[in-house]
Amino acid sequence: MAVDIAIRARGLARRFGTHFAVKGIDLEIPRAHIYGFLGPNGSGKSTTIRMLCGLLRPTSGTVSVLGNEVPRDAEIVRRKLGYMTQRFSLWDDLTARENLTFMASVFGLARAAARERIALRMREYDLGALMEQRAGTLSGGEKQRLALAAATLHEPDLLLLDEPTSAVDPQSRRDFWESLFAIVARGTTILVSTHYMDEAERCHRLAILDLGSIVAEGTPQQLMNDIDANVIEIISEDMAAARRAITGVAGLESAAQLGTRLRVMMRTDVAAPQQVLAAKLKEAGVPAQVNATSASLEDVFVAATRLRRAAQSAAGAPS
Amino acid sequence: MSAVARIAAVARKEFLQLARDRLTFGLIIGIPILLITLFGYAINFDVRHLKGAVLDEARSSASREFIAELEASQVLDVTQRVQSSEEIDAMMRDSTVVIAVAIPADFERRLIDGQNGGNRPAAQILVDGSQPSLENVANALKQLPVFQRHGEGRLAPQRFEVRVMYNPERRTAVQIVPALVGTILHMTMVVFTAGAIVRERERGNLELLITTPVSPAELMAGKLIPYILIGLIQTTVIVAVGNALFDVPINGRLIDLYLAALIYIAATLTLGLLISTVAQTQFQAFQMAFATMLPSVLLSGLMFPFDGMPRAARWIAQALPLTHFNVMVRGIALRGAALPDLSPQIWKLTIFFVIALGAARLRFRKRLD
Repeated sequence: MAVDIAIRARGLARRFGTHFAVKGIDLEIPRAHIYGFLGPNGSGKSTTIRMLCGLLRPTSGTVSVLGNEVPRDAEIVRRKLGYMTQRFSLWDDLTARENLTFMASVFGLARAAARERIALRMREYDLGALMEQRAGTLSGGEKQRLALAAATLHEPDLLLLDEPTSAVDPQSRRDFWESLFAIVARGTTILVSTHYMDEAERCHRLAILDLGSIVAEGTPQQLMNDIDANVIEIISEDMAAARRAITGVAGLESAAQLGTRLRVMMRTDVAAPQQVLAAKLKEAGVPAQVNATSASLEDVFVAATRLRRAAQSAAGAPS
Repeated sequence: MSAVARIAAVARKEFLQLARDRLTFGLIIGIPILLITLFGYAINFDVRHLKGAVLDEARSSASREFIAELEASQVLDVTQRVQSSEEIDAMMRDSTVVIAVAIPADFERRLIDGQNGGNRPAAQILVDGSQPSLENVANALKQLPVFQRHGEGRLAPQRFEVRVMYNPERRTAVQIVPALVGTILHMTMVVFTAGAIVRERERGNLELLITTPVSPAELMAGKLIPYILIGLIQTTVIVAVGNALFDVPINGRLIDLYLAALIYIAATLTLGLLISTVAQTQFQAFQMAFATMLPSVLLSGLMFPFDGMPRAARWIAQALPLTHFNVMVRGIALRGAALPDLSPQIWKLTIFFVIALGAARLRFRKRLD
């Protein structure tokens, strides 16, 4: 009986005018997991999240959230759903406490229960000193804690977070993620969209979105293991020369500088890529160290988005 | 039960925000007082004490007597005595005077001619036609006894007696102040509600609100409740100030006035609500609200009699809540009418309310698309 899938989508698509923001994606998000949407701006993350909570109607495809069909049963889902918008959307001219009290009564919490729950969230999210402050005067991190407290007041089964950490400092982001793990431990499913690699890496599972499609899906570890490229690191004194030396090597997919290192991705059909690069550098007279290394999530992201786009445009060019 | 709780939550939030917004709160009380004082004192159809010039070429005892009587009428104050008609032209042009009386040298001769059936005018009144309603003043002046006596003398025919009911002293404030109730309510109800909802859309609050269990009807009801109260407060302010400053009576029952105001408030609130479902930004909402304001002021019979308007204007006026409310409020305050006397107006406002609410409900979706 217990449904292990919190969100299931089939062929989900959304068109704005002539442009498809989401182009037929399939999703299966397991319960009590943190599921990440990783993608650049305009990849369809927000549009997908909005379709999942019934804010936008899909152009085609079906969605089932917590066993209810959306948008048909959106009202039922809304009672079990917490939603944090990309922009802070509580009321700036109300105090933190007034905002929480309002949200509690809107979600139908009785007065005593509401007071208790607000006090609990206040302790959990360290809002004690801020309760009587106007929300508009809070810092980015404080606003975000308040928004999370508001979104979880009614103990939702599903939490949708649309780029929750975009206006927040690194320490607050760490704390925020600690809170998310505490929430998911209570059995809540969390769907979070982000464009930060470190955040994506913290998710149980993740989907990489690009131009409205899912281009890779799995656990972060799986994605890094299964990357369709060899990752090689070149360490050299003269990065510019090293970069020049390897330009044009057959099978080179990308090269990105990280401080004194050059991170290079080679196609898997190139045999012994490390030796190929070392030979090229030697030929150009650039002293360098060349090491094979394991893929990071960023490599996966680059491979999944940029390389795929390049391949597509190359394939599409003749026609 | 939970629906009531949600409506109460939205209403409470709206009250809190209104109370925080000192400027808006001040405007709610300030606008009625400002407008009523302004309109009450400045708008005066009963024009008096106009700056006038006199050119007396006769310089006879008859012409001096005539000028004294003109001044006694209080319609004009003779501020300038001039020697030539060119001077009158110059003074009119730079607005030193707005009215002038020219008495020709043969004034007395013309008076006598007039008595013997001559048709040369005894004197001439010049009026600045570039300003509204001054022309009527000249026409009114023509009826003054001075002209009758000197111009038409004993041959002046008998006239009908005119009795102005409900406003025997013909004070403009008595006509204007009750109609101001509706005008001011229209202003605040439409502008404030339209702005209040669009503001939430602009600031992104609405995106959060529509993912909660609050239904559109609950959201609308909760948002409107505070404004109903504000409307009643404004009604009280206008009626009290009108009574204190301008002696505007309430001849009917006060409860009828409030009930009429309540119906009208409901109609204007739904108009604001409808605007808020169309406008995307607060700026657009205000533009639209003001677009409904001007025809209401001009066509509702606030300043110009409804029956004198062309047919098309009257049809448009029928669609404006202010038209019907003006009939009601003048009826109750001045003519001592009771609500049952005003059932056509009640019906028309109710129909407006139902249509506007239905349209707003259709347009308001708990979705972003």
